[in-house]
Amino acid sequence: MNLTVNGKPASIAADDAISVSNLLETLQVAQREYVTVELNGDILDRDGFDAATVRDGDTVEFLYFMGGGSL
Amino acid sequence: MLEIPEKIREAVVAHAQSGFPLEVCGILGGNDGTVASHYPMTNTDASNEHFMMEPKEQFAVVKALRAGGEQMLAIYHSHPESPARPSPEDIRLALTPNVCHLIVSLSDRDNPVAKAFRISDGAVEPVELKFLHPTI
Repeated sequence: MNLTVNGKPASIAADDAISVSNLLETLQVAQREYVTVELNGDILDRDGFDAATVRDGDTVEFLYFMGGGSL
Repeated sequence: MLEIPEKIREAVVAHAQSGFPLEVCGILGGNDGTVASHYPMTNTDASNEHFMMEPKEQFAVVKALRAGGEQMLAIYHSHPESPARPSPEDIRLALTPNVCHLIVSLSDRDNPVAKAFRISDGAVEPVELKFLHPTI
């Protein structure tokens, strides 16, 4: 399955479809609980990572929360 | 070392001052350690003690940097009332790899202090800052 991940072509060992959770795992993304995902231009709810399906040709962007505090 | 054009340093400090007493945040882009672009971001926490960037804005900036052939060099935020050093929360939430964290302290509002750090796996390392003044 061929995807575009963070602007780069990525070939994933999956036949037809894969969940976003499995994709992040496959890509060995660390600290996935702090990741925000955009699938084909739509930002996904974190609760939906298991249900959201990535298919051949899809475009996926992910990034980490950017936050902090002064205390 | 992180090199920041004086104009961008001034813009970052102005952003921090305009947002006071709340924390402000943003992203600096560029290449090879030299900043070339400045993206003020929304602090969705709208807090005096915390910041969190708006995800939609984050994606837009990442794509704009990519389109412009730039890298994300630094994430900045202000500390309205505390020193320019990473807080435990800053360290815990420093998740984006290969970026500097620029902190602007306004604890003395007339004399803002900016310092940069690399934060990885809980380890904090100061980064030398160089402000680039335009040549005449």
